[in-house]
Amino acid sequence: MAEYKGVMVYCEAAEGRLLPIATELLGCGKKLAGDLGEELCAVLLGANVSSVAQEAITFGADKAYVVNDPQLGDYQTDSYVAALEKVVKEVMPQIVLMGQTSVGRDLAPRLAFRLDPAASMDCIDLAIDPESKRLLQTRPVYGGNAQATFTYDSDPQIATVRAKAMSPLEADPSRQGEVITIDAGLDPQAIRTRVLEKVPEEVAGIKLEDANAVICGGRGIGTAEGFKELEELARILKGAVGATRPPCDNGWVPDSAQVGLTGKIVAPDLYIGIALSGSSQHMSGCSGSKNIIAINKDPEANIFKEARYGVVGDWKKVVPAFRDKVKELLTE
Amino acid sequence: MNMIVCVKQVIDPEAPPASFKIDSASNKVVPPPGVSPVISPFDEQSVEAALRIRDAQGGKITVISMGVNLLRDVVKKPLAMGADELILLEDDAFTEGDSWSTAYALAMAIKKIGDYDLIFCGRQAADWDAGQVGSGIAEILGLPSVTVAKKVETADGKAKVERVTADGYEVVEVSLPALITVSNELGEPRYPTMKGIMAAKKKEPAIWKPADIGVEPAQVGTAGRRTRIVKLFQPVREGKCEIISGETPEEAAVGLATKLREAKIL
Ligand SMILES: Cc1cc2nc3c(=O)[nH]c(=O)nc-3n(C[C@H](O)[C@H](O)[C@H](O)COP(=O)(O)OP(=O)(O)OC[C@H]3O[C@@H](n4cnc5c(N)ncnc54)[C@H](O)[C@@H]3O)c2cc1C
Repeated sequence: MAEYKGVMVYCEAAEGRLLPIATELLGCGKKLAGDLGEELCAVLLGANVSSVAQEAITFGADKAYVVNDPQLGDYQTDSYVAALEKVVKEVMPQIVLMGQTSVGRDLAPRLAFRLDPAASMDCIDLAIDPESKRLLQTRPVYGGNAQATFTYDSDPQIATVRAKAMSPLEADPSRQGEVITIDAGLDPQAIRTRVLEKVPEEVAGIKLEDANAVICGGRGIGTAEGFKELEELARILKGAVGATRPPCDNGWVPDSAQVGLTGKIVAPDLYIGIALSGSSQHMSGCSGSKNIIAINKDPEANIFKEARYGVVGDWKKVVPAFRDKVKELLTE
Repeated sequence: MNMIVCVKQVIDPEAPPASFKIDSASNKVVPPPGVSPVISPFDEQSVEAALRIRDAQGGKITVISMGVNLLRDVVKKPLAMGADELILLEDDAFTEGDSWSTAYALAMAIKKIGDYDLIFCGRQAADWDAGQVGSGIAEILGLPSVTVAKKVETADGKAKVERVTADGYEVVEVSLPALITVSNELGEPRYPTMKGIMAAKKKEPAIWKPADIGVEPAQVGTAGRRTRIVKLFQPVREGKCEIISGETPEEAAVGLATKLREAKIL
């Protein structure tokens, strides 16, 4: 029987470029492959993704497998699972990594149950056990209140990885690697869904995930108008506004502003949490920030346990004065 | 429209983080004393999704919950909200499963129910947060799935699902029967009415054991696990927050800005 060998990274791309999560996965995959003394390969699925293969190689892949098919234009569970299943069965990697993204969340469990049922979702640390050579998969559980390290015995070992948890390698344009095309072999009858429409939620300004400063508001902001005040602070700091879940659920901000376990992952230089308690689920999305600042009227709020600096007080009084002073300091 | 909703009883995820404790010797979570368990919030939203469809076009909603020590007041909440029937997979053999053994047992229970158009699960359970069971059930039963839904409507043997993505949502059409996982963007689940609570009190759940769904105890719960927990631990938080104070909130605010400038954070 053939042996499972090597590390495979499923790379998401958009507009002809790898997404940041794909470069992070390649960085992590390279290290794991090195520890195993095996190869790292990238897989690209889409309607026309050949041009991205070379980029995956510059970020560390030894080989890139490309599957082009018009039926892979939109992400759909049935077509993507079938195509990736085919690639995995041909290549037989020991480890398959994907991002904990809209796609990875849907694709990984279904692929795992199809191939051999085990996957770990939303990992923040992956390592090779020096003795057993198995993959140790560490992921937050209970909303981030705890972490657990999992392992399992069958191959391939499938894991999704949280955004910004791993570091990409420097892109090296001189790196060489083989690009291999695989036929998707899709049966159109087996695709039981159809994407009718894609509705983007437009957010003006800097993207939350890319911002160097993130101003997050919580339930205590109380209204959509309150968030306008945070936007002004964000403008001065050249940052973006995020939120905990209640402001999204209440429609004060779009759903896409949610930061946390089931929202966006941010890791800016400066994160300011205002009128939010610092639930473990929210902190899961921002605890990687370099400097966490808290403004909350409750001195016992959990956010103060994670913050570096804080002010205890009503945000309606604190934020305007803070904003004016910041503006003054930044224009000096 | 015959609908099945899978719900899980969990430790209240909104309990204060400070109350969260683990026993590292046994790699288990210690339930916080005095905090009642709840239905995992995304599962309540799944019940709501099913109720909305029944409101619009009629149908039947069967709820399945698996575990041990299932508090009747907790697991009967979907009935109080308006669901028609409750089946409990309640047996020691069903405990401490992983995504695989859980999905397998639920899939076998659903197979036994047999007649269904839509199966709903929460996008992830609020304890282990894996988000695999819904997709797993669909794969075992050979059904299409759409995950992280915020709206579900059905017509002509199909469901139209709004699926939440990172930067908005997409509208996906899926043939029935299908499995759908639900997210909080669906909106608040309804509160049980007094009438609903009274009706739920009178309803006795059906209790199913492994033999009732045609599985060996070795295939479910702990025995059926594919994954091993090597270690369960609580991350250490530094907890060295410097509180900037002042005579007034405004003064503290100015102090904070100055401090951030000095620390070269600004
Ligand atoms: C499975 C699961 C996943 C979840 N995923 C996420 C997620 O991705 N992101 C997320 O954010 N949440 C998530 N949640 C919800 C999470 O558990 C919390 O409910 C939520 O983060 C609380 O938001 P909050 O801190 O804004 O509200 P609260 O906890 O209600 O805190 C409000 C805070 O505002 C303070 N405050 C009120 N008024 C003022 C004032 N005038 N001035 C100053 N301070 C004031 C209060 O002191 C309090 O500390 C999830 C929950 C579950 C179960």
